[in-house]
Amino acid sequence: MKQQNRINRMNGSYWVATLPGFLVFLCVVLIPFFIGFGYSFTAWNGIGKHAAFIGLENYKDVLTDDPKAIASIFFTARFTISVVIISNLLGFFLALGITALKRGQGPLRVVFFLPNVIGGLILGFIWRFLLINGLPAVGEFLHIELISSPWLGDASTAFWGTVIVYVWKTAGYLMVIYIAALLSIDQNLFDAAHIDGARALSILFRIKIPLIMPAITVCLFLMLSWAFKLFDVIFSLTGGGPFGATESFALNIYNEAFLYNNYGYASAKAVVFTLLVALLTLLQVKATKSREVQA
Amino acid sequence: MKNKMGISQIALLVLLTLLAFVFLLPFYFITINSVKTFSEIMKSPAALPSSLQLKNYEIAIRQVSFFRMLFNSLVITIGSVGGMVLLGSPAAWKLVRVPSKISAVFFTIYVAAMVIPFQSVMVPLVKVASEGNLLDNRLGLILIYWGFGQPFTVFLYHGFIKGVPYELEESARLDGCNDFTMFHAIVFPLLKTITVTVIILQTLWVWNDFLLPSLILYAKDLQTIPLSINRFFGQYKNQWDKALPILVLGILPIVLFFLSLQRFMIKGIAEGAVKG
Repeated sequence: MKQQNRINRMNGSYWVATLPGFLVFLCVVLIPFFIGFGYSFTAWNGIGKHAAFIGLENYKDVLTDDPKAIASIFFTARFTISVVIISNLLGFFLALGITALKRGQGPLRVVFFLPNVIGGLILGFIWRFLLINGLPAVGEFLHIELISSPWLGDASTAFWGTVIVYVWKTAGYLMVIYIAALLSIDQNLFDAAHIDGARALSILFRIKIPLIMPAITVCLFLMLSWAFKLFDVIFSLTGGGPFGATESFALNIYNEAFLYNNYGYASAKAVVFTLLVALLTLLQVKATKSREVQA
Repeated sequence: MKNKMGISQIALLVLLTLLAFVFLLPFYFITINSVKTFSEIMKSPAALPSSLQLKNYEIAIRQVSFFRMLFNSLVITIGSVGGMVLLGSPAAWKLVRVPSKISAVFFTIYVAAMVIPFQSVMVPLVKVASEGNLLDNRLGLILIYWGFGQPFTVFLYHGFIKGVPYELEESARLDGCNDFTMFHAIVFPLLKTITVTVIILQTLWVWNDFLLPSLILYAKDLQTIPLSINRFFGQYKNQWDKALPILVLGILPIVLFFLSLQRFMIKGIAEGAVKG
């Protein structure tokens, strides 16, 4: 370590390696972030040269005078919880099933992962077609009322429509992580368990799940941060409708900024958004740490 | 032991295969309907087409200038991801090998920045971009991607380099090797695994990204695939005979890319999650 310090100093090449990337990052991410923080205390509408300073007014409005924003936060929370649970369960069971197979693993893995490589915007449009035209036709044919109703026209089915689309997109990604974790378990453990006469269920709960806890944490965290920031699937699938029932907080901020041109107010919402995301991340990091101590 | 399939194996295989068909259903629907007339799509969306309307595709390719948008997406993705690797890998290497306070500050800033949602940067970003002459300009967008890609790229490389033994670099150093040669001749080749992961994850992001490019590129001949598709849908909402061929064409490049590289991609993603 000492020798490493002696040779690797912060000489010219240190700065050549680290500075260019940092400067670009500074200009396009950090500086705009702080400018946005400044905007959040103004009533700027994007047109005037000077923005009037109005203090915490915008923040007060978000919390007390903007039912649509609050509704979008609740939608986002409901959506996030549903998707985190369903997608992880599906991804985990797919991984369990696929790792138990003796043949056919490869093609199945490819199929389940496939939706993930397609962008959210296009996925939303694909499912618009399915939910508006495709599934209702199948439902009529099979006489299943649940499928034949126009999904996107009703608030509660539209909610589940977005959940289905997002689970379809993400379950395969989580599956890949779970498969890698399951395959990294020492096979001798299973052999030993079999000799001791352990049943499949107790192998699952006593060996598999405890040993892949780190992967479970990663997958929960990934889904949480993706789902909470959901934008483009909603943008193209429902546009937030019907009547704002599926408007995510990210979409609400986008509309405030680029539909209504309330830049100052949108910036305040964005700061609230950042705080919420940071809070979730902190909780996550804490939960991970305490679990690792246990294990 | 003989390779005999037990009943439970067959049941499991059948179950998973059925599920796989359900997963593929959306692709089946958009593909078969993309070659039907509008009235046929409305009447029987689940049935196979009675005749192939390949004309739909002809119209679609012309209307969205498909090859133009494909070219734009390719240029922007390659330029962006290539730059991320070039800027991120040497930075992460130095941050790991030079354990100073400044290195710790850099790394902490990057990790913290990964939390920032795009929505809290986008409004001022447009202003900064317009002052820096980055608007409506492919290179400008590429540069912006370099900045947004930097935290995660550094983070992935950082985690990997920590596990790369230092001895090789040390002996090269004693042989009088300078930093530049050291990095590109000795270190970078050792980072191949994680470079593949970085390229895959960032390519999926940049290729599919919609919001950022929609704020930067306006001109019709600069549109990427997602931008073009969105613009097209704004015009032909629910005219599915026109829209479905566009969707099929829009997903085709990335699906082919995935199918030809699926082994690397699936491995790369598992790798990225372990480090992440």
